[in-house]
Amino acid sequence: MATQETDIREGVDRETVETVQNMGSYKYGWETEIEMEYAPKGISEEIVRLISKKNDEPEWMLEWRLQAYHRWVEMKEPDWALLDLPKIDYQDLYYYARPKSMVEKPKSLDEVDPKLLATYEKLGIPLKEQMILAGVEGAENINLEERQVAVDAVFDSVSVGTTFKEKLAEAGVIFCSISEAIKDHPELVKKYLGSVVPQTDNYFATLNSACFSDGSFVYVPPGTRCPMELSTYFRINAENTGQFERTLIVCDKGAYVSYLEGCTAPKRDTAQLHAAVVEIVILEDAEVKYSTVQNWFPGDEEGKGGIYNFVTKRADCREPRAKVMWTQVETGSAITWKYPSCILRGDDTSGEFYSIAIANNYQQADTGTKMVHLGKNTRSRIVSKGISAGQAQNTYRGLVSMHPRAKNSRNYTQCDSLLIGDKCGAHTVPYIEVKNNSSRVEHEATTSKVDDDQLFYCRARGVGEEEAVALVVNGFCRDVLQALPMEFAMEAQSLVAISLEGSVG
Amino acid sequence: MLEIKNLHVKLEDEDKVILKGMNLTVETGKVHAIMGPNGSGKSTMSYVLSGRDGYEVTEGSATLQGQELLDLDPEARAAAGLFLAFQYPVEIPGVGNMTFLRTALNAQRKVRGEDELSAGEFLKLVREKAKALKIDAEMLKRPVNVGFSGGEKKRNEILQMAMLEPKMCILDETDSGLDVDAMRLVSDGVNALRSPDRSFLVITHYQRLLDHIKPDVVHIMADGRILQTGGPELALEVEKNGYADILAAHGLTEAK
Ligand SMILES: Nc1ncnc2c1ncn2[C@@H]1O[C@H](COP(=O)(O)OP(=O)(O)O)[C@@H](O)[C@H]1O
Ligand SMILES: [Mg+2]
Repeated sequence: MATQETDIREGVDRETVETVQNMGSYKYGWETEIEMEYAPKGISEEIVRLISKKNDEPEWMLEWRLQAYHRWVEMKEPDWALLDLPKIDYQDLYYYARPKSMVEKPKSLDEVDPKLLATYEKLGIPLKEQMILAGVEGAENINLEERQVAVDAVFDSVSVGTTFKEKLAEAGVIFCSISEAIKDHPELVKKYLGSVVPQTDNYFATLNSACFSDGSFVYVPPGTRCPMELSTYFRINAENTGQFERTLIVCDKGAYVSYLEGCTAPKRDTAQLHAAVVEIVILEDAEVKYSTVQNWFPGDEEGKGGIYNFVTKRADCREPRAKVMWTQVETGSAITWKYPSCILRGDDTSGEFYSIAIANNYQQADTGTKMVHLGKNTRSRIVSKGISAGQAQNTYRGLVSMHPRAKNSRNYTQCDSLLIGDKCGAHTVPYIEVKNNSSRVEHEATTSKVDDDQLFYCRARGVGEEEAVALVVNGFCRDVLQALPMEFAMEAQSLVAISLEGSVG
Repeated sequence: MLEIKNLHVKLEDEDKVILKGMNLTVETGKVHAIMGPNGSGKSTMSYVLSGRDGYEVTEGSATLQGQELLDLDPEARAAAGLFLAFQYPVEIPGVGNMTFLRTALNAQRKVRGEDELSAGEFLKLVREKAKALKIDAEMLKRPVNVGFSGGEKKRNEILQMAMLEPKMCILDETDSGLDVDAMRLVSDGVNALRSPDRSFLVITHYQRLLDHIKPDVVHIMADGRILQTGGPELALEVEKNGYADILAAHGLTEAK
């Protein structure tokens, strides 16, 4: 690749050149220098109590956490994923880290530590109540729109602030950090927390239930169309620290909300753990769109460092005609273990899952979805695009289950893998269970290599090799990119290009 | 403009030699035509000039405006002003035709140190050029060449050429598979681009294209080299008598 052969001219210090080169293409690898307060390293009953105390929680919440903790100590890490999992020492990391300036909770965004505000500004997520310019790149779509997006910003273990709270409150929408929701809306949290992902669902979700420190909470009241997109931006900054956030979204009867999630972390040699839980409850006739652009630090070209991302995301279409759509663009993390799922419990409910997973260098991704059809006439659709480059391994793992009651239900799955180079791997692991005879499941899968003729055609028109790969790969992902809200589509396209840098030549 | 000297090319993975001492000079502002039986190496020559992988140049050189082409990446050759209208245009699923054109145009402008065209400017330009080729908005939105008819693919190549405004245009059998109307559109598109500082190399089997795009010079190619060069009358002669006599004069036979 061309950039590897940078001439080192006389007078230019070699170290500087190498440092710049090693910065690689990960744009968010810088660190905010800020005074932090940590809980002691490791996890124990005391630490769980401490986290609960830091968040000023009621007794019932602490009890809930402790139940999870006691279960977790008896559990084992899952080993069924196609991942080469390094040993994680759960006692050698911090479970709670917050900026000292956040000890006294700022009452409004104006009071937030300027260093934190500057951090989000630099990440391109200004914590201001302003319009953002959104649009999709490409000549056929040049209508840029001014839109408002509310942001909850989570920095290590705490939520720094949430924008547009008042405006949303006027519409009856609650959007705040989960720690606030536990105090201010205990009836809602008690009713729904753990109702989609039970406390002890799996190893990582159970750990999260014990020690989650913050996250976002959304409640959209009956018949309400949320007046703007909501988003949470997760930033891991502190070293040797895990981030355990919990998100709970409740969309009441006939309501609608679109929610976006973004995440980044500094570039470090040592890996860091991220174990999140997202629960979505969707009631009768309501609809939720949940989009993620996951761009955690992927580790360097040799596979050093990066985020280990173990996430449990599940939506429960609890009542008739509820709808959910998951869209994810997974480009970051050294390890991704993530299966956003749909429980199609109500009759006539529907679930969709659109995914782009890119693994380059030494990244490992084992990701997919579960569509659990419980109600009658339920529909699900899965479109997965996996791209592997470098030495990476990329697995699609998906379950489609039609229960006996789920009569006349349908699933369509399309699962395409693209290989760049010949040292990477793509794997497709579909599990299909049909327990009634009126339902239908369709599964299509393809695996292909980036086509040399396509690349040559682009290059013969003047497009450089890396841009040609990005163009062809973006084309391959188009069905999924189109499912993203405008706010994310442009960012996702350029991220596809960036995460494939160095994959050819 | 284009100067090919004693070019010898073999396939990289096989011992097959395809170009065997090819010589050709296309002067600035001129239109040259190459005719020749199938398998002569016409497409191979255009691929080698554009920088496609899979060939090994064992001898010779090719320069564009004095610059050696064979050392450059394909994209650098394009930026230097070389354009190949493919005999078989490639399909790129999911990539909108306009996105493709805009990416290509801006990539070339960037190399030349020019500003990228804004979305608005680009749109205006592409609509204007597309209209002349009877390419509608729908076709501009569709993925590159996917589901295009043969004629649509060829017109799309000419659209790209019109947008990129290259110095040296090679057209590889752009006329094959075209009906009379499409042939006229394509030739009009090419003729509109003719200018004193732009050259063309038109590869074709048929005189009928040359009725529309009048060549200055006609070459007959077979067995990896140019056998004979003449004026437009040479094409007419081939049209009438075939290649047999020319081949025989060089000790070759039609079947080869
Ligand atoms: N990639 C290839 N593999 C094998 N044979 C090839 C390849 N490319 C060209 N050839 C052979 O080289 C000769 C010249 O082909 P080509 O350049 O396509 O001729 P033309 O365009 O004049 O019809 C033919 O015999 C063809 O079969
Ligand atoms: Mg040919």
